[in-house]
Amino acid sequence: MKRLNVNLPGLPVRVTVACAAAALLLAGCELPRPEVEQVGYRGTGMVQVDNPRAVKKLAAANQVPESLPRVEPAGPLAGEIYQNVQVLGDLTVPEFTRVMQAMTAWVSPEQGCQYCHAGAELSSDAVYAKKVSRTMLRMTRHINTTWEPHVRGTGVTCYTCHRGQNVPVNTWSQDPRLDKARGLAARDTGQNHPASAVAYASLPADPFSTFLVADNAIRVVGTKALPHGNATGTKDAEKTYGLMMHISQSLGVNCTFCHNTRSMAAWDQSSPQRTTAFYGIRMVRDLNVNYVVPTAEWLPANRLGPAGDVPKVNCATCHQGANKPLLGVSMYQDYPELGAPRPPPPAPEPVPAEGAEAPIT
Amino acid sequence: MAEYQNIFTRVQVRGPVYAGVPLPAGDSGRVGSGSTGTFISNLLGKIGDWQIGPVYLGWTGFISLFCGLVAFEIIGFNMLASVGWDPVQFIRQLFWLGLEPPAPEYGISLPPMEKGGWWLLAGFFLTTSLILWWVRTYRRARSLGMGTHVAWAFAAAIWLYLVLGFIRPLLMGSWSEAVPFGIFPHLDWTAAFSIRYGNLFYNPFHMLSIAFLYGSTLLFAMHGATILAVTRYGGDREVEQITDRGTASERAALFWRWTMGFNATMESIHRWAWWFAVLTPLTGGIGILLTGTVVDNWYLWAVKHGVAPMYPAVFPAGVDPATLPGGAQ
Repeated sequence: MKRLNVNLPGLPVRVTVACAAAALLLAGCELPRPEVEQVGYRGTGMVQVDNPRAVKKLAAANQVPESLPRVEPAGPLAGEIYQNVQVLGDLTVPEFTRVMQAMTAWVSPEQGCQYCHAGAELSSDAVYAKKVSRTMLRMTRHINTTWEPHVRGTGVTCYTCHRGQNVPVNTWSQDPRLDKARGLAARDTGQNHPASAVAYASLPADPFSTFLVADNAIRVVGTKALPHGNATGTKDAEKTYGLMMHISQSLGVNCTFCHNTRSMAAWDQSSPQRTTAFYGIRMVRDLNVNYVVPTAEWLPANRLGPAGDVPKVNCATCHQGANKPLLGVSMYQDYPELGAPRPPPPAPEPVPAEGAEAPIT
Repeated sequence: MAEYQNIFTRVQVRGPVYAGVPLPAGDSGRVGSGSTGTFISNLLGKIGDWQIGPVYLGWTGFISLFCGLVAFEIIGFNMLASVGWDPVQFIRQLFWLGLEPPAPEYGISLPPMEKGGWWLLAGFFLTTSLILWWVRTYRRARSLGMGTHVAWAFAAAIWLYLVLGFIRPLLMGSWSEAVPFGIFPHLDWTAAFSIRYGNLFYNPFHMLSIAFLYGSTLLFAMHGATILAVTRYGGDREVEQITDRGTASERAALFWRWTMGFNATMESIHRWAWWFAVLTPLTGGIGILLTGTVVDNWYLWAVKHGVAPMYPAVFPAGVDPATLPGGAQ
């Protein structure tokens, strides 16, 4: 048999091919090197992975504006001096003015007072935005007083979500345009399209209507080893999975921030953050159902989503990529007026509050 | 002497085109027998045989391809409809698009076409196609006077496919438990399935299946490498060396005895490979079949049977907040 001669390509070609192959091999590498922080027991994979570049970017995006100088809580109350003050009437006039100024900087820095107030008639409710801000103030006070299990002492202010925008950047409303199947064609059952809400998985793309307005069961995993009448199926698990993907990307964390993933359901192996998230989900549902959705009755049509529903709250509305909104800085400490209403002054004597924490619903 | 010390094929032995052994009486003929329809490909010769054809289709092959095409078209056109018949969006979203099984409320009844009917129909045609293709591999092997090892290996894969899409959904009483068609949809389904049933990695049959899968790749690499390495001593005549063991067999065996203390033989290595490959879907299928029907939470099952280790607590004792006063929602 004749020896086969093979002509190998010249050296320059081979060097080029080798360089291209090396570049391809390294294409998945990231610089600077991601930082890995162990948060659970060794070997369980409970680590948080952060890219220093992304961390820097996040820090830059979460600069907290300087607080306005504090004022003496003395003088007449806003509710007595001004007309039609329905929420912040318990503040003194200087406090009230300070909060109004701060809100303007937080929510409508460009339009100023006129974004909500109709000309010089400050008490008028002619502009819908004024009614919105009243609802939002009620909501903010509700969060800071009722949802301590989620917001702790950090609390929230308008800036937590608004960040200088009239409408927070991260809201959600139903998108009826996703499924284009008509007639006999199979419906997509709300999934199987690239959806940013679920981190571009093909999971059900609207976990918000399912869990953050409606009160559907999030838990799908059985509580016993053997079958025990757990009626949830794999499709239910996909819906829950979609919600979890939303939480993960809203907070910039992976599954192991809360879960020991060998058993997603086990509370005794979960991090304390899972409990915080538990209350967070219920808080968002409460806010959507009791504060945001009711505004649909009077909100102008141009503020509604494509399906005619109100833009609503989800985890990203406050968190915006950080596991603690504004990286844990509490602006609320400088604006305690956004917390519990002060008791009216003629109270005869302080009564010890019974059941300081309202029951969580 | 040909050069064997190369990772790609260096030898193309070219003789007259071979039309194959005579077919049994009454069998339909081959397409392009003789020299017509048979051609030579130098390029394919670098990775396989240079002779292409003659091809045998037969009625099983024809109907199988037809049914496969029907299933492919049902899935594809439903995906296309889900993006409003927009070909650009079809390409852009292709990996995300899917065809979902019926919702849980339909159980194992027949749903309307747009609510899972197409999924059932696609599944029917795909299953028919696969089974006819199995019949074809079985009958072709018999026609050539071969054993039917290939057909039974293929049957193992069909078993896993049927468990996932047909047998287990029937036992669970719901088509909704079956796998959707689609690239990302079926991957997301897999992850959700594992989560719903308490982590499939604690399923011992899943463990076995993984062991056989990884074992198959390992055996494949070991065997291919061994034969190539001793080909210079005639090791490429491995089947002859089953009974007539030459220096190639001796060296290969000695190599493995030296490196790992044990060696297969020219015959047994092929049985190792076949069983590892076949046991992958066989054990996997058993694991899927038991999930939800016999075991609801594999993690808790593993805890019960001492499989899952307990780690020292690093967090403050975690309590389900739903069990706290006022927390039930």
